Amino acid sequence: MTDFLQLMVAGVSIGAIYAMVAIGFVLLWQTSNTINFAQGEFVVLPAFAMVLFWMTLRLPFALALLATVLVSTLLLGFGVRKLLVARLLQAGVLPLVIATIGLSLLIRYSLQQFWTPLALPFPALFPRAPLRLGAVVLAWEELLNVAFAGAVIGALQLFITRTKLGWAMQAVAQNRTLATVLGIDVGRLITITFVLNAALTAVAAILIAPVYLVKYDIGIGLGLKAFYAAIIGGFNQMRGALLGGLLVGIVETLSAAYVSGPFRDAAVLVILIAVLLWKPEGLWGAKEEWAS
Amino acid sequence: MTDAARPRLRRFLPVGVLVLLALLPLGFEQYKLYVASLTLVYLVMAIGLNLTLGYAGQISLAHGAFMAFGSYGVAILGQRGWPVEVGLAVGAIVAFACGILVGFPALKVKHHFLAMVTLGFNIMVFLVLRNWESLTGGSFGISGIARPRWGLFSFGSDRAYYVYMVGWATLVVGSAYWILTSRWGRAFRAIRENEMRAEALGVSLRNYKLMAFAIGAAYAGIGGALFAPLLGYIDPGAYTLDRSIQFLMMVVMGGLGRFAGPFLGAILVTVLPEVLRASEGLYLVIYALAVILMMLFMPKGLVGIWDWAAGRRDAGAQPPVPAPPGRLRTG
Repeated sequence: MTDFLQLMVAGVSIGAIYAMVAIGFVLLWQTSNTINFAQGEFVVLPAFAMVLFWMTLRLPFALALLATVLVSTLLLGFGVRKLLVARLLQAGVLPLVIATIGLSLLIRYSLQQFWTPLALPFPALFPRAPLRLGAVVLAWEELLNVAFAGAVIGALQLFITRTKLGWAMQAVAQNRTLATVLGIDVGRLITITFVLNAALTAVAAILIAPVYLVKYDIGIGLGLKAFYAAIIGGFNQMRGALLGGLLVGIVETLSAAYVSGPFRDAAVLVILIAVLLWKPEGLWGAKEEWAS
Repeated sequence: MTDAARPRLRRFLPVGVLVLLALLPLGFEQYKLYVASLTLVYLVMAIGLNLTLGYAGQISLAHGAFMAFGSYGVAILGQRGWPVEVGLAVGAIVAFACGILVGFPALKVKHHFLAMVTLGFNIMVFLVLRNWESLTGGSFGISGIARPRWGLFSFGSDRAYYVYMVGWATLVVGSAYWILTSRWGRAFRAIRENEMRAEALGVSLRNYKLMAFAIGAAYAGIGGALFAPLLGYIDPGAYTLDRSIQFLMMVVMGGLGRFAGPFLGAILVTVLPEVLRASEGLYLVIYALAVILMMLFMPKGLVGIWDWAAGRRDAGAQPPVPAPPGRLRTG
């Protein structure tokens, strides 16, 4: 039982990070119909930037964090929106999908080629000292990860539900044409969503770097997990991505501990396929209108 | 694509050029012949995906999995003494059936769900291939896959097998051409251009979409069946999601919904990495840049260059998603 509790906390801790990546993914889809296949690399690039600012240039932590978020929002938020998305939105969903695939390859192999093919170590952000609650031993790191991710997601939730910009974002997600008619500048909101997403992935990068190490190809797995989380939870709701991320983290951690043999990695996939078959809008998603 | 008023020469010239191009690699050295053979496999796959995606507008990320049915069909039945053609037929039929099974629930909802269902399906098939060791050999795969033999005549040599593949590719190209010029092809295009109008005109959306998806899957099965004896060895690593994404890129970069698209895409995807290989590790970076630039400046794919050169910018098919009036003008 104590094992189970400890594993649950570990699962929630990693799941909260997946949830952040998945939420950004879902926000992009909702406001701009962009299926971002480069979402994993959107985490990897800031992780490398953090290594540069914090460990190589030896900036103080807060400054390095700020610089990383700045680089991420400028390059992956603003830059991608202005250079790629602005031109491709008009050509339909597919060219944009292919372009994000190209972007993921470009970031991944540029880092490998021009930086390093090796895994870079990343120091723990939070003390790894154990926290004893009776028989249960938890890591401070895990608890603080959850608190940090929770605070960021909470702030985002407040932004979306309590501010005018947030309401406008919801309006665009629900009906773009109607939002335009209501006088909402859809283009500007898409830009804001891209910047928000880049900030989210930058924070996720800093939280996940001590767990995964920093390597050019960790984006493949991360992107896929965000994708699973979004599909399982629900592609058209922020709460879906949040719960989906947590679920993926918990199931992954539990199955790594309890399931042996070749199907260890399959637990999340079994849930994914079951959801696709019986509830294609996701466990906590809103029902989509039917196509035909 | 066809135009009754077009002079006969212009209709048969491309066929003649294709025949010459198809036979040209017979003079190549071994490695180049292998690349040419691989291009044929990709061509068959791309024609299938072009039918699904380019003409009927359905995003599929499972063509790697459908390909696996063909490859494993040939390999597994081959181990039990059946000829390649039987394995090919079984693989194509299983792929077709799975296409129906996967497409049926997915097509009930909006098209991006099909992308996700097929993505999940591809990962699931990969896991089954890797873990059902008694049938598929697990992650070691199956080796010693024989090439076809007709009585005394064997297609065992690389050149003979290339000719065999050209034969199948011709069948696939011919049948795809026939499908696309029949009322089916017209229905596919009608659906892509405007679903509501097509349905109002009496096209059964559900059935045609499902058929476009399943036929595309069957072609992928044929491509996979040709692939297995080419290498003589298969393992699950060849049928991952990455492979499906590669096919998607191939079709989009060639030119969606155009008959020439798969030809150009297949050649581009096999030849470009070979050309860039000289640049060592940089070639993946260059390849990625090429993909992005291409989408930015030629969202219609390589076929766009052809159109531009032929001065017929406005001829041919539109992209699958109806574009707003202010669309980019690209060659």
